[in-house]
Amino acid sequence: MSHQPVKFYQTGTFTVGNRLLDESIRSVQATKTRSNSLNSGHRACQGCGEALGARYALDAAMDVSHHQLIAANATGCLEVFSTPYPETSWQLPWIHSLFGNAAAVATGIAAALRIKGRSEVRVIAQGGDGGTTDIGFGCLSGMFERNDDVLYLCYDNEAYMNTGVQRSSATPPAVRTATTLPVGAEPGNVFGQGKFVPTIAMAHGIPYVATATVADLFDLEYKVKKAIQIRGAKYLHIFVPCPLGWGAASSDTIKLADMAKECGLFPVFEAEHGKVTGVSKIRKLIPVEEYLKRQRRYAHLFGKSPATDVISKIQARADENIRMYGLLATDVR
Amino acid sequence: MNKPFAITLDVGSSLANKTGSWRTQRPVYLNRKPPCNHQCPAGENIQHWLYLAEEHQYEAAWRVIMEDNPFPAVMGRVCYHSCEKVCNRGQVDLPVGINSVERFLGDQAIKHDWQVTPGAPTGKKVLVVGAGPSGLSAAYHLARSGHAVTVLEANDKAGGMLRYGIPKYRLPREKLNAEIARIKKLGVDIQLRTRVTDLSATLAAGHYDACYVALGLQQGRLEPIPQQGHLPVLDAVSVLRAVELEESVAPLGHVVVYGGGNTAIDVARSAIRLGALSATVVVLEARDQMPAHPEEVREGLEEGITLLNLRKIIQIQDHTLTLEIMVSGEGRETLPTGQTEAVHADLLVQALGQAGDYSLFSSLPQEVTIQNGAVLVDQKGMTSLAGVFAGGDMTPSARNATAAIGAGKKAARHIDRLLRGAMESACLPQELADIRWMNTRYYSDAPRTIRPILDIVRRTSGFAEVVGNLDEDTALFEARRCMSCGNCFECDNCYGVCPDNAVIKLGPGNRFKINYDYCKGCGICAAECPCGAIRMETEQI
Ligand SMILES: Cc1cc2nc3c(=O)[nH]c(=O)nc-3n(C[C@H](O)[C@H](O)[C@H](O)COP(=O)(O)OP(=O)(O)OC[C@H]3O[C@@H](n4cnc5c(N)ncnc54)[C@H](O)[C@@H]3O)c2cc1C
Ligand SMILES: Cc1ncc(C[n+]2csc(CCOP(=O)(O)OP(=O)(O)O)c2C)c(N)n1
Ligand code: SF4
Ligand code: SF4
Ligand code: SF4
Ligand code: SF4
Ligand SMILES: [Mg+2]
Repeated sequence: MSHQPVKFYQTGTFTVGNRLLDESIRSVQATKTRSNSLNSGHRACQGCGEALGARYALDAAMDVSHHQLIAANATGCLEVFSTPYPETSWQLPWIHSLFGNAAAVATGIAAALRIKGRSEVRVIAQGGDGGTTDIGFGCLSGMFERNDDVLYLCYDNEAYMNTGVQRSSATPPAVRTATTLPVGAEPGNVFGQGKFVPTIAMAHGIPYVATATVADLFDLEYKVKKAIQIRGAKYLHIFVPCPLGWGAASSDTIKLADMAKECGLFPVFEAEHGKVTGVSKIRKLIPVEEYLKRQRRYAHLFGKSPATDVISKIQARADENIRMYGLLATDVR
Repeated sequence: MNKPFAITLDVGSSLANKTGSWRTQRPVYLNRKPPCNHQCPAGENIQHWLYLAEEHQYEAAWRVIMEDNPFPAVMGRVCYHSCEKVCNRGQVDLPVGINSVERFLGDQAIKHDWQVTPGAPTGKKVLVVGAGPSGLSAAYHLARSGHAVTVLEANDKAGGMLRYGIPKYRLPREKLNAEIARIKKLGVDIQLRTRVTDLSATLAAGHYDACYVALGLQQGRLEPIPQQGHLPVLDAVSVLRAVELEESVAPLGHVVVYGGGNTAIDVARSAIRLGALSATVVVLEARDQMPAHPEEVREGLEEGITLLNLRKIIQIQDHTLTLEIMVSGEGRETLPTGQTEAVHADLLVQALGQAGDYSLFSSLPQEVTIQNGAVLVDQKGMTSLAGVFAGGDMTPSARNATAAIGAGKKAARHIDRLLRGAMESACLPQELADIRWMNTRYYSDAPRTIRPILDIVRRTSGFAEVVGNLDEDTALFEARRCMSCGNCFECDNCYGVCPDNAVIKLGPGNRFKINYDYCKGCGICAAECPCGAIRMETEQI
C-alpha cells in the first residue's frame, strides 16, 4: 500500500477517524475544522461519488496548502452541480474553464503566480473523465510536457454523466451507455485498446502520478498531500462511482469503489518520474462478477443466460492488472 | 444596480438550496443490542466495558461489570463464556477474548483494591439463604440498593460450589476470597456454619421483609451398579469437597470417574494432581455429545487423563469394572451393543449429577412447588410463595455460576421493587446488532491473543492456576478487537462519507447529528457505519 497504515487493531486506518488514534494521524475528513471545500446544497445526485471525491481531495489540498489554493474546473457534473449561477458550493477561489481546457487555464494561473512570486499558492485543475481523457487531453499532455506546477485531478466516473451518460474513452468494455446500447452481437461498449491516462501521464516522466478511490480515504489524502508539496506537474486519477450513470444504489458508492479495487479492475498505485513506486494490495480478492452484478450498466451480461464469455474477458482484464501491478498481498514489489 | 455587464444576481452560497427536500429515506442513529450482551447469563454490558477498556479506562470498565456481576475475577476464570460463541467478531476472524479481558479487569480491581459503595439505607431487611454465587450476587445487589442483608450459610466458608466444587487450579482461592470480602465490605452480614432448617421460623425470628433462597444442589447422586467385593465408590461432590478441605478420601491408585460433565473432568484432573496412577473418565455419550466444556476436556487430556466414550459401567467385581460398549443412536441417545470390556479400578467416583435438600420449606404456610428436583419460580424469580424468591442451581436453569449470578441479580431487582412498591418499568426490547447491519470491511485483521497456557509439567504437579493472565498490552489489544456491535464508537465514518456534509460532528463523547436540511437520504452513512448504529427509515411524505 502506498500509504503506510498505522498498525491499529480494532479498526485499521480504514475508518475516517478513530477516537483511539492520535489526532495528528486521523484523516482531514475526521476533523471538525475541515474546510468543506465543496459545501452542502450542491445539486449532485444522491450518493454522488464525484461530489465525495472532490471534497476529500480539495479538503486535503486546502489543509496541506494552509488554504492557499486555487482550482480551475472543466465543464461536467462537478461544475454544473456545484455552481448554477449565481450560487456556488465552492469555498475556495475557483474558476470554471471550458470543457476541454482546464489544464491550460491552470497552467496560466500557475504562470501568473510564478511571476507574482506567490510560490505558496498551489494550483489545481480538475475535471471528469470526458474532460480529461478525451477533449482535454491535448491541454493536459502539454501541461505535463512543460512540467507546469499544477496538480490535475481527474474524477473518473467512466462516462460523460453530465450530458446524459455518453461513452468516453474511459468507459470500460461491455458497459451500457446512451451511445453504447446493449444491442447487436457485442452489446454495450466495445473491447477497444483501452486508454488508461495514468500510464500515459507516467510516459511523460512527470514527478508524480497516482490513482485512488473514494473507498480508501487515507490513501487518497496521502496522495493529494504528497502531490501538492511537489513542484511540477502532478496527476491524480480518482475512481468515483456514479449511482445514476451506473444504475447502482446510491448507498453503494463506496462499496463499488472498494469492489473495483478488490477485483483488480481498478489498480491503485503511485508512480514517480515514470516508475511505479507503490501499489495498494488487494485485501480480499473477489471475482469481477460480484462487482459487475451490482450495476445495471452491466445488466445485459446477466439475467437468464449470462454472457459468461464477456464476463471472462472482463475477468481477464482484471487478472492482467493484478499481474502487471502485483496487486496480490503475496506479490513482492 | 452596481453590477458588472450582464450580471443581474448577487453571488450566493449553495447553502440556500435545501437539498434535504429530495429525501425519501432518512438516516437515524440508534443503539442495537450486541449479541454478547444478549447472551451473557449475568446480563453484563460487555460492549460498554470493552469500550472503556479500549481507552485504558480500566476502573470505569470494571465498574460497568460490577453493575451486573460482583465476580469479574472469578468469572474471568470459570465462566463458560457463551458470549464468545455468539461474538460477531467470530464471523470476521476469531471471537473477542471477552473472558480474558474480564479476568484482567477483575485482577486489576483486586490489585488496586477498588471498592463499591452501598446504597442509601431503606430500612428494609432481606434474608439470603446460601452463600454460593447466586446468594452472594443477590446480597450484593440488594446492599447496593440500600437494604440490610443477612446471608446464612451452612458451610465454614462462603462461596458455595465455587469453593467446594471448582478445584483451585482453575480458581485460585485468593481471587474468590477477595471478591467475597468486597461484598462483605458493603455491609452484607454473612453468618457461617448456620444451616437454615426451618425457613418460616428463621424469617419470623429475624423480622425479614423478603428472602432469597439459593441452596444449590449439595448432594452427589450415586447410581446403583451391581457390585461384588469392596471397591470404594464415592460421589464427585464429596470427593471435591474433601480435596478442598485437604482431607484424604480413599487410596488413589487407578481412579475411574463415571460421568461426562465438567465435574467428572474436574475430579479426574484433581486426581492426577494428587498423584493418582491413572485417571480414566468413563462417559456414556460420544466425545462430541458429552456435556463437558471442550476446553476443559482438551486440557485434561493434555494432562494425561484417559477418556473412554460410549461406555456404560454395568458391573463391579472387586477391582474390575465391566463396561458395556455403546453406539450413538438418534440425537443424544446411546444404544447398547452387548459387547463388553474390563477396566481396573482402585477407586470409582460417580459424577452423575446432584440433588437438592428442600426440607427447610416444609414448615411454610403454603407449599413451594418442586418439580423434577427443582424449585419452580416465576419470571421474577419468585416461588409460589409471595416474598420468597429462589434461584441458581436449585431452580430450573443452566446450572452454572454465571446463570446463578444472573438469577441473583434478577431476584434482587424484583425484591427491591417489591420493597419499594415500585411499578414495573416497561422497557422496549432492543433490536439485536446482527452482523448483517454491520460493515466489517473497516475492521483490520488481528488474531485473537491466545492465553498463555502454563506448561503441562507445572500444571499436573500442583494446583497452580492453569490459564495464564493477559498483561496490560495484550488485554488492551484484545479489547480493541471488539467491533462495538450496534453502538457508535465514534469512528467518524458517517461524518466523513456523506457527499453532502449533512452529518454534524458534536465532539468527543457526544456522537453525531444529521442535518436534515441537506441530507438527501442516499444511505451511504448507514452502509458505511462499521457497527450498524445507523438505520435508514422511510420518510413520511
Ligand atoms: C465440580 C464443579 C465444577 C463446576 N465448574 C463450573 C465452572 O467452571 N463454571 C461455571 O460457571 N459453573 C461451574 N459449576 C457450577 C457452579 O458451581 C454452580 O452452578 C453454582 O455454584 C451454583 O450456585 P448456587 O449459588 O446456586 O449454589 P451453590 O454454589 O451450590 O451454593 C449454595 C450454597 O448454599 C448453602 N446451603 C445449602 N443449603 C443451605 C441451608 N439449608 N442453609 C444454609 N446454607 C445452605 C451451601 O452450603 C452453599 O454454600 C461447577 C460445579 C461443580 C460441582
Ligand atoms: C466543447 C464542449 N463540448 C461539449 C460540451 C457538453 N458537455 C458538458 S459536460 C459534458 C460531459 C462531461 O463528462 P465528464 O467530463 O466525464 O464529466 P462528468 O459529468 O461525467 O463528471 C459534455 C459533453 C461542452 N460543455 N463543451
Ligand atoms: S450524474 Fe453521476 S456524477 Fe453526475 S451528479 Fe449524478 S451521481 Fe454525480
Ligand atoms: S465484537 Fe464486541 S460488541 Fe460485538 S459481539 Fe463481540 S464482544 Fe460483543
Ligand atoms: S450520507 Fe449524508 S446525504 Fe446520505 S443519507 Fe447519510 S446523511 Fe444523508
Ligand atoms: S459511522 Fe462511526 S461515527 Fe458514525 S454512527 Fe457509525 S460508529 Fe458512530
Ligand atoms: Mg465522467
